[in-house]
Amino acid sequence: MKKLQVLGTGCPKCKKLAENAEAAAKALGIEYELEKVTDINKIMKFGVMITPALAVDGEVKTAGKVPSVDEIKSMIS
Amino acid sequence: MAVKKKCCSAGETKVLLVCAGASNVGQLTNDVAKQLASAGEACFFCLAGIGGHVSGMIASVRGADKVVVLDGCPGACAKKTMDAAGLKDYEHLVVTDLGIEKQHTFEISKADFQKTLEAARKRLVCASGE
Repeated sequence: MKKLQVLGTGCPKCKKLAENAEAAAKALGIEYELEKVTDINKIMKFGVMITPALAVDGEVKTAGKVPSVDEIKSMIS
Repeated sequence: MAVKKKCCSAGETKVLLVCAGASNVGQLTNDVAKQLASAGEACFFCLAGIGGHVSGMIASVRGADKVVVLDGCPGACAKKTMDAAGLKDYEHLVVTDLGIEKQHTFEISKADFQKTLEAARKRLVCASGE
């Protein structure tokens, strides 16, 4: 089970990142859990300084961008 | 293709990382970064987070539009920390290259501060001219 966490306070780009992450996980056919982390204190604990960000199994893979579905697929797999 | 933007904010993300070393020139990098961050001209990130392989910090640097690294002396510890983390896309400034002599004291003149501040500011200017 992959744990995907979208870190951001809920702006449109955060929502787009969550959509893309979910689409990537579905395209790969993997089991996953998607969490939206909106609490700024929890976001800071990841060391993230620019949002939105995406963490996979606790490791931040991207920040400050909205990667494409294909880009996220390579981050997950 | 990735869309590179700050969340809920327009404009470019400019980031500063500095050595903050134990000398006049090291502390000068810290003072200049604090000034630029306080004035809203750049975001000041912790170099220790890069050295510590904090994934969120590294990803945040990768996500920035412009990154400037300040070292006090030719030891270039900040540059080496960035390079060791695989971060290559940044502007680099060494304070002693500005003609400021390294000393193991923490006395910083206004003239040296101003000279370093202006040099750092020039490197923060993005290719777009912003």
